[in-house]
Amino acid sequence: MIETIAGKYNYWIYISLMMIGFYAIIAKGNLVKKIIGVNIFQTAVFLFYISISKVRGGTAPILWDKAVLYDNPLPHVLILTAIVVSVSTTAVALAMITRIYKEYGSIEEDKILKSRRENL
Amino acid sequence: MTDFLAALREHIPALLVIVPLLAAVIIPFSPAPLRRRGAAVSLLANAAALALASALAWEVFRLGRVSYRFGGWAPPWGIEYAVDPLAAVMLLLVAFVAFAASVYSGAAASGEITAEKLPYYQSASLLFVSGLSGMVITGDIFNLYVFIEIASLAGYALVASGRRRDALVAGFNYLILGTIAATFILLGIGYLYMASGTLNIADLRERLPHIYHTKTVLTAFAFLIVGFSIKTALFPLHIWLPDAYTYAPSPVSALMAATGTKVGIYAMIRVIFTVFKPEFNASVVPMKAILIVLSSAAIIYGAAMAIAQKDIKRMLAYSSVSQIGYIILGAAVASQHSLTGSLLHMINHALMKACLFMCAGLMLMSTGAEKVADLRGAGRRMPLTMAAFTAAALSMTGIPPTLGFVSKWHIGLGAVEAGYWAVVPVILGGSLLTGIYFWRVIEPAYFGAPPQSGHKNAEGGAPRWALAPALALAALGTLLGLAAHTPAVGAARAAAELLGR
Repeated sequence: MIETIAGKYNYWIYISLMMIGFYAIIAKGNLVKKIIGVNIFQTAVFLFYISISKVRGGTAPILWDKAVLYDNPLPHVLILTAIVVSVSTTAVALAMITRIYKEYGSIEEDKILKSRRENL
Repeated sequence: MTDFLAALREHIPALLVIVPLLAAVIIPFSPAPLRRRGAAVSLLANAAALALASALAWEVFRLGRVSYRFGGWAPPWGIEYAVDPLAAVMLLLVAFVAFAASVYSGAAASGEITAEKLPYYQSASLLFVSGLSGMVITGDIFNLYVFIEIASLAGYALVASGRRRDALVAGFNYLILGTIAATFILLGIGYLYMASGTLNIADLRERLPHIYHTKTVLTAFAFLIVGFSIKTALFPLHIWLPDAYTYAPSPVSALMAATGTKVGIYAMIRVIFTVFKPEFNASVVPMKAILIVLSSAAIIYGAAMAIAQKDIKRMLAYSSVSQIGYIILGAAVASQHSLTGSLLHMINHALMKACLFMCAGLMLMSTGAEKVADLRGAGRRMPLTMAAFTAAALSMTGIPPTLGFVSKWHIGLGAVEAGYWAVVPVILGGSLLTGIYFWRVIEPAYFGAPPQSGHKNAEGGAPRWALAPALALAALGTLLGLAAHTPAVGAARAAAELLGR
């Protein structure tokens, strides 16, 4: 029991972060907070990838004559790509939010919905 | 010269992705005179991609599977581009629809998008096409994720470029759901890598059967399927689609409805049948039952909602939800005939839905019609547009000599073959409802009296070059329906290959 909780703590953090991000996306009405939720959600996945790359007793994957075991560098590289994707997604989303603010005068979901309904 | 041609031929798979990608970067960053001719650059790039896709398809059909090693690294270590006959046909389909859409948007986009936004719109649509081609061609599952994100990010921007402010909210909602979907896919890929230690699709296929029953692989499969279900807008995860297609400019709706969701389904079929073998789907997880129930619900729900719509584009969007249900139903039943039907319906829906959205744009441009009710007497006011619309609608419904009939017939036959009698009424009922919602447009258009002002032909209001691709798509769809034997045989071969027979 203790082993599954303490020994794999990074996976528990990954699951918690994912749920926190998910909660923010669903429950928050502010569009910027939603994007923060998306970011936390994506960060959880980054943590998951980095966790699976760890090799017990391994060092950072840099060529070094004292090292025998290295961590798996491939997930690190994959996650660099995913981080770039995440940054681009955030950029596109923030650009849309500024435009939404100009058009609707608010970034609160309920106010936007109200304004849409009135103009229908 | 011959050396150059030989080198060119060798690198076709890479060029197919790179040419639109480069053009997408060139257009917004070039000096003003060239930027104003963005439409021409985009047309040129799409024409080049179409030529490359045709050459590649020719090579694949003559010599079999083409494998391209990116940077010379051999698979499974390097990234592989793998083109089998199914992928070749999908690439051709994407390139063809993208070319038709760029001809259409060259003439029609200025009506719905402001001049200063045009270069960015052209750039984003090229990025979208590049991402889709990459999704089809790649043989590496992480590379697949990257291309999904390229296509999706471009897609969000394209949806948000609509002329109404609601387009922004539609684009934002699409972004949130699309990102959740892509992150699920990324997570699924992570679990697959964790369990198998490889990212190459062909290699995964060999390694996974030993560990099919582990929780890690099951989790991976679940995340991948949910992720792709959002991306392909499978009911009940379709909620981003109606708003996105309604508020996007019509060239964008035509391009996205025709290619975006189709390539998503293609990737899903690849995951179910190529990454995992069909046995996994049949014996380890109850995926088959879940997908059959959901896609049947999608067929009926989408068609019923389409009947209730007043807006033409929103009706077409709900029609997409329904037709996506047909394609996934055929793939989920996973018998020889149903999968054949599913692949045929993918082609049919891509060509016809592009044509229908182009017609919706033409109606808006020539008479300002946005609602179904505005179309009274449209048969007389815009005869060519309505002719194309009717041809596409007939094929969508599945009236006998059309391709839609052939595909739905195969899906039904496959369902009976596999013993799923219960879905036959769904297939027929869905077709009936499809007939009803298209009849709601066609009947007043041909038999209704036009309003006082509009007895004369109003088609001159729309640019001629916007009409040509709509007519060409309708003609091609009809032609494929009349000569349905060739595509049906090809699809049957691709289905047999997917099922591993």
